[in-house]
Order: sequence, then C-alpha cells, then structure tokens
Amino acid sequence: MQPLLKVENVTKRFHQVVANDSVSFEVMPGEIHCLLGENGAGKSTIAECIYGFYKPDKGSISVNGEVLDLDSPAEAIRHGIGMVHQHFVLVTSMTVLENIVIGTDAATAILNLQSATDRIKAICARYEVEIDLNSKVWQLTVGQQQWVEILKALFLGARLLIMDEPTAVLTPQESRRLFKIFREMTGDGMSIILISHKLDEVMQSDRVTVLRKGKRVGTVVTRDSSKSELTNLMVGRDVNLNLVRERSDVGLPMLVVSGLHAANDFGTDKLNGVDLTLNRGEIVGIAGVAGNGQKELFETLMGVRRATSGRVMLADQDITNKTPREVQQAGIGHVPDDRFAEGLIPDFDIQSNLVLGVHRDQPFARRGFLKFGQIRSFAKQAMDEFAIQAPSAQTICRTLSGGNAQKVIVAREFAQASRVILANQPSRGLDVGVIEYMHKRLFEKRKEGFAILIASEELDELLALSDRILVLFKGQIVGEFSHGAVDLERVGLLMAGHFDDAPNPNADRSL
Amino acid sequence: MNELFTETILIAVLAATVRIATPLIFAALGELITERAGILNLGVEGTMLMAAFAGFAGSFATGSTWAGLLAAMLAGAMMAFLMVFMAATLKVEQVVTGLALNLLAAGMSLYLFKVYFETQSMPMTEVMPFMPIPYLADIPWLGPIMFQQKGLTYLAFLMVPAVWFFLYRTKWGLEIRVLGENPKVIDTKGMSVTLRQYGAVIMGGVLVGLGGAFVTIGSVVRFVPDITAGRGWLALVIVIAGNWRPSGILLAALVFAFLDALQLQIQGVGVDLPYQIFLALPYVMAVVLMVLKSRGGRSEQPGRLGIPYFRGER
Repeated sequence: MQPLLKVENVTKRFHQVVANDSVSFEVMPGEIHCLLGENGAGKSTIAECIYGFYKPDKGSISVNGEVLDLDSPAEAIRHGIGMVHQHFVLVTSMTVLENIVIGTDAATAILNLQSATDRIKAICARYEVEIDLNSKVWQLTVGQQQWVEILKALFLGARLLIMDEPTAVLTPQESRRLFKIFREMTGDGMSIILISHKLDEVMQSDRVTVLRKGKRVGTVVTRDSSKSELTNLMVGRDVNLNLVRERSDVGLPMLVVSGLHAANDFGTDKLNGVDLTLNRGEIVGIAGVAGNGQKELFETLMGVRRATSGRVMLADQDITNKTPREVQQAGIGHVPDDRFAEGLIPDFDIQSNLVLGVHRDQPFARRGFLKFGQIRSFAKQAMDEFAIQAPSAQTICRTLSGGNAQKVIVAREFAQASRVILANQPSRGLDVGVIEYMHKRLFEKRKEGFAILIASEELDELLALSDRILVLFKGQIVGEFSHGAVDLERVGLLMAGHFDDAPNPNADRSL
Repeated sequence: MNELFTETILIAVLAATVRIATPLIFAALGELITERAGILNLGVEGTMLMAAFAGFAGSFATGSTWAGLLAAMLAGAMMAFLMVFMAATLKVEQVVTGLALNLLAAGMSLYLFKVYFETQSMPMTEVMPFMPIPYLADIPWLGPIMFQQKGLTYLAFLMVPAVWFFLYRTKWGLEIRVLGENPKVIDTKGMSVTLRQYGAVIMGGVLVGLGGAFVTIGSVVRFVPDITAGRGWLALVIVIAGNWRPSGILLAALVFAFLDALQLQIQGVGVDLPYQIFLALPYVMAVVLMVLKSRGGRSEQPGRLGIPYFRGER
C-alpha cells in the first residue's frame, strides 16, 4: 500500500535553533499515527511544516506520491490535509457557521451561509455530533470548540487530520469519545496524525514516531511496544514519575476559604461560592476543565482579583481582599499559570525577577536604593539550589526555556512564602525531567508543613501529588476525594458537570 | 435665545448638521473598515488633510471638481498605502506610524501649497454645486434638511448601508472582520493576511479621502493650512462612540455635527457667552462620550486592533 503522507528528511531552523533535524516518517491510509515527544522535541513544528504553515529549510513532504510545494496552508488544504491546532484558531465572537465557512467555496461573494448548513449537518450526523451552527463560539464548551475546529478541516475535505494535543482540554470521557470518532474516521479511510505526550492515548494509535530534541529516534508499531519502552525512547532514560509519597502529618487548617464569589474581567461570575480548607502539611489538588474558575480562584486568593463576597482566612487572620503585597507578606506564595505573562517580567534578568516583591525590603534595598551585591549573591544561591540553567544571573528571562523560567518563579515564591503555596498549572508544558523535579520540591515543602494548593489539567499529576483532590466546576467545588480513594471515572463526570448519576440540567450533554 | 427655535432656523441648523456630518461619516467609515481589519490608523487627520489639498490642487489644475475628487481619493489611497506598508509589511508600531503620518501631511500639504500657490493671489477653485433632488427636495422639513445637499453628502449617507452590507453580507467583509479578531484564522485557511490588510486599509483610505475632498472642493473655494481642523481626530472618536458599527457611526457623526451646527448658529445670533465655549462643544462631547463608553456595554472593538500579525510566534 502506498503511504498517504511521506515526510522525508525535513529540517526546520528558527534562527540558531534546530527545531527539526532531518525528520522522516510515513503515514498510511486509515492509520492513526502518533508523534510522541517532550516539549520542544519538535512535534508541533513538523506538523506545522506538513500543514504548510512553516516552510522547511530542507527535505520534502509528499501526499500520494506528489511532492507538495508548501509555502502556505492553501497547498496543504488542496491536498486534503487539515490541522487542529492546540490553541484553537477561532473567532469566538462569530458563529460556528461563520468560522467553518470562511475561506471555503461556500463563502460566496454575497454571503449565503445557510446553503452550507446541509453539508455541515451531514458531517455532524456521520459522527453523531450535535452542535448549534448559529451559536457564537464563545458560548460553547471547550470540547465543542474543538469540534468546530475539526468541522473546519472536514468541511474543507481533509483526508489527513493533524491533531495537536487534542485531549489537553478534555475530560477523560470526552477524550474517549474523541478516540472512538477517530476510529470511525480511519474506518472511512482517513488518516490521523496525533500529537501527544500522554502515553495512555499514544497506546491507542497504530504506530508511533518518537521525536527527541528535533530528531526522530524511532518509529514503532504500537501494539508491539509498551509505555515504558516509549517513555524511554522519548526521554532517553528511565523516568519514575511516581515519586514515593512519604507520609505527612496533616496538621491544623491553614487556609480556609468560605463562600468565595468573584467575577472575571468581563463581569461574568466565575466563582460561585467556593469552600475549601488547606491544612498544614497537605497538598490539595484542583481538578477541572480549563475555564471553570481556576484562574479566578488563584487570583482572588492572592488579592489580584476582588472577591465580591465570601471570606479567606489565613490561620486566624482575615486576608479577604487584602492587597497582593499584604497577602504575600502574610506568607503565601503564588505560581501563576502563565509564567511569561504573569510569573515573570520577561525582559528583566534572572536576578531582578528573583527578588520581585521583596526588592524594596532588607537586605535587597536600603533607603530606597537597590543593593546589587546582595541581590546577585541571593540569585547565585537560588540558581544553584534550583538548578536553573542559564549563563549568568544577568540573563534575560525571555531567553529561558519554560522549565528554567518556571524554576525562577518557584525559587522566588518558595523563598518568600512561609506558610502557603498556591500553584496554578505548575507543570504545564514542562519536560518530564523538570516536572519530576518540581514534584520533589513540592513534597519537600509539604514535609516542612506548608499548605499547598495545586490546579492541574493533568489528572495523573494530581493523583501523584495530592492528599485530596477537589473538583471545580463552574466556580464551585463539586466533589472531594482523598488520596487512595479517587474514582477517576467519577472525577471525569464531575468535571463535565454530571452529578450523582443524575445529569445536571446545566451541564452540556451534546458532547 | 428665542430666535433659535423658529422653524427656519431649526431647519437651517439641521441642514447644516447633515452637511457638516458628511466628511465625518466618510472618514469614520473609512477608519471603520481599517480598524475592522485590525489596523489602527491614527493618521486619519493627515489623510484627510492630504486629500483635501489634493482635491483642491487637482481641481485647480484641471478646472474640474471631478478631477479634484479623483485626486483626493488617490491621495487618501496613497496615505493609506504608507500606513499599511508600515503596519502589515514592516510590522512597526501602528500608533507611532499614524502620528507620523499626521506630521507628514501637515508639513507636506503646507509645503506644496506654498510652492505651487504662493505666487497666485488667492488661488480659488470651483465648488461642487448643490444638487436638490427633484420632488424629494420639496417635502416640507425633510426636503430642505436632507435633499437640498451636494452629491458627496448623498454619497456619504448612502455609504452607511453600503459599508454595512460590505462588512456583514459579503465574503470580503467577513474576512476583514476576521482579520481584526484573529488573523491566524485567515492564515490557517491558506489565505493571505497581508493582501487583505492592504485591501481593507486602502479602501478605508479612499473613503477618508472623500471626506477630505468635501472639506475643500465640496465646501469652499480655497485651501488653507490645517483646513481639516481636527475632523480626522473626531472621526476616530466617532468610530469608538459608534461602537465599530456603521449605524452607530452614523448616529455619532450626526450628534457631533449637530453640536457643531448649533454652535455656528449660536455664534451667529450672538449669545452672551464667549463663542469659544460653543466651539469646544463637539470636543467636550467627545471626552464625555469616551468616559461613558468606558463604563459597561459590550464593546465591538476588534480584538486584535493595532497588534501586528506574525505567523511564527518565535
């Protein structure tokens, strides 16, 4: 059988950085082909090359034996390649229909979008997807938005669908559903390139091509392989993500949140009465689909966002709606989810970022003047302690990798916090090695008696870290599980808003 | 004060409103298309000024206001081309570019005027004639207010539904609106972002140019430096006050024009207050509107307004 897609010796550089180094692989018709690799291994880059979004510096890409002249996605689309980006490329203020139809032959000079609806509805019916074509994209759940992206590709006649980390935003049930549909698609003769770093998913593919540092390290037939073999190929060494959990003596309540309400920047209520307690020496994990109030919860606790009602008590001190500086001085450290936008000032150097927040206090300043000697020696010490890899303490943070940037933030917050650590998505987009390291440090803090709150979209991570897991849905805690008694199936259902087997009328059941 | 409220005066004020609104509508609609494509062109004032000069010069050189009109549209297109070249091709800071365009226009129009018209004593052109529309012009009230105007005025008002239709009912309009919200959508569908930005901004420039033409050959026989007198800046405010919608823009333009017409009338009848206060009315209104606007209401502002598009985020 002739391969549908043939990638031969593709090399792609960004300035000095080689993102793909002579990568080759083939995708057969009807195959789910997985690209596996750590962050920065070049998975997305090779996918963008296939889609014509990036122009390879060397090598060729051919479909059905015909070499593509890729300098725009137009060529890829003509050859039946569709791509769903990890960060959706949608206009949220427009309707589903508009998003699907724009740029296709259904968009006639004078728009008559309704004429396209029959075709879209037929596709939806084929895969049993229900979606209101006339609703605005922002009104949809993340899972539905992903379907808009898939429909965009299918409507353009895609025979090869590239899915970049499709399940990062889905509940376990939604992911399972998606994979069932992938199988129906491949049954229809379509092929799928699946980009992922989640081994459970990877194991459902037909073949896996593993990338490491821009190079292909191998292509294996999935059913002849195993998770441990794949991890080994991906990381280049054995990894143990399940650190030994030492027993920790859970102490008295440290942070008590009751009835917390807050709105987002657009005035929409995002926290609708959050109650939670963090005890000393305990890690509490927050599970939930992105956008259910995680960000607002952390921001409100830190004093960055105003609580409209409710109370936050730190030991016996009321810290509701205190300023971020007061909250920080009360002993709370915060690792925000967007590290380059909120955790750091990217254009400042490492040493400045390390003292942000305490820069005007002793010993880093005196009478309003910064004391660079002190700052530098503190920075050196922190860089050693946290294994921050950078040429010097004067390196600009923008140039750091995600892992090193995160270490700068963690080093700063750990140094400033004395009682509580709040971390939103602390390991998002980081390499296995760095995640391993972060977990180790968090366990150390737990042992020291810190109360730690973590939100993560990776359930596996929460399972490994948390003493308790809370499920956040539409700004409320809707479930609680202790370590060792976590029912993943229930967690997934709760994340999607299905409570107590009786479907929630507010929950979306179309996906 | 009572003289203000007689029928004839009221009609005169309202007719003046329609006339004064003409360049504002053109300029604001032009800026609307530009901003919907994600490009913030703060050079509206300069574009209008250059077009006003080109209209005057073209008309003076050929003796035809039609040629002047064409020259003004061309000048508008050229200023817009400069803007979009800087914004879409070189991807430089749009605010600074727009401000620079205003300085360029102020200097260049003055320079060209001095070079070519200094020797003439009072160079003058023809002015576009009034074009009363048969039958409609005779309707009481509405006739003298709406239908005894100039051709450009009718065109400006017709452009409001036309621009609406273009933006909301054609595929090019849809693509332009998408550009302002998320240009990557256009790019990932295999369409050129740059090409569409050029199209939208230059189209906008032509409309702004028509607004400039009205200020000279549409209204007066002469050109004087800075003849646009802040109308371009007002157009920017009108786009915001009109919430980036053609209908809102029409309304906002009429409100500003009415205030201006009113102050002209008040100056005429001689109310016992410094006339500068009334002169400032539209601009005070602009500030008030911006304050009101900042509090609540769903903004239609394009999400990526003023942000250059790069394909690779590296």
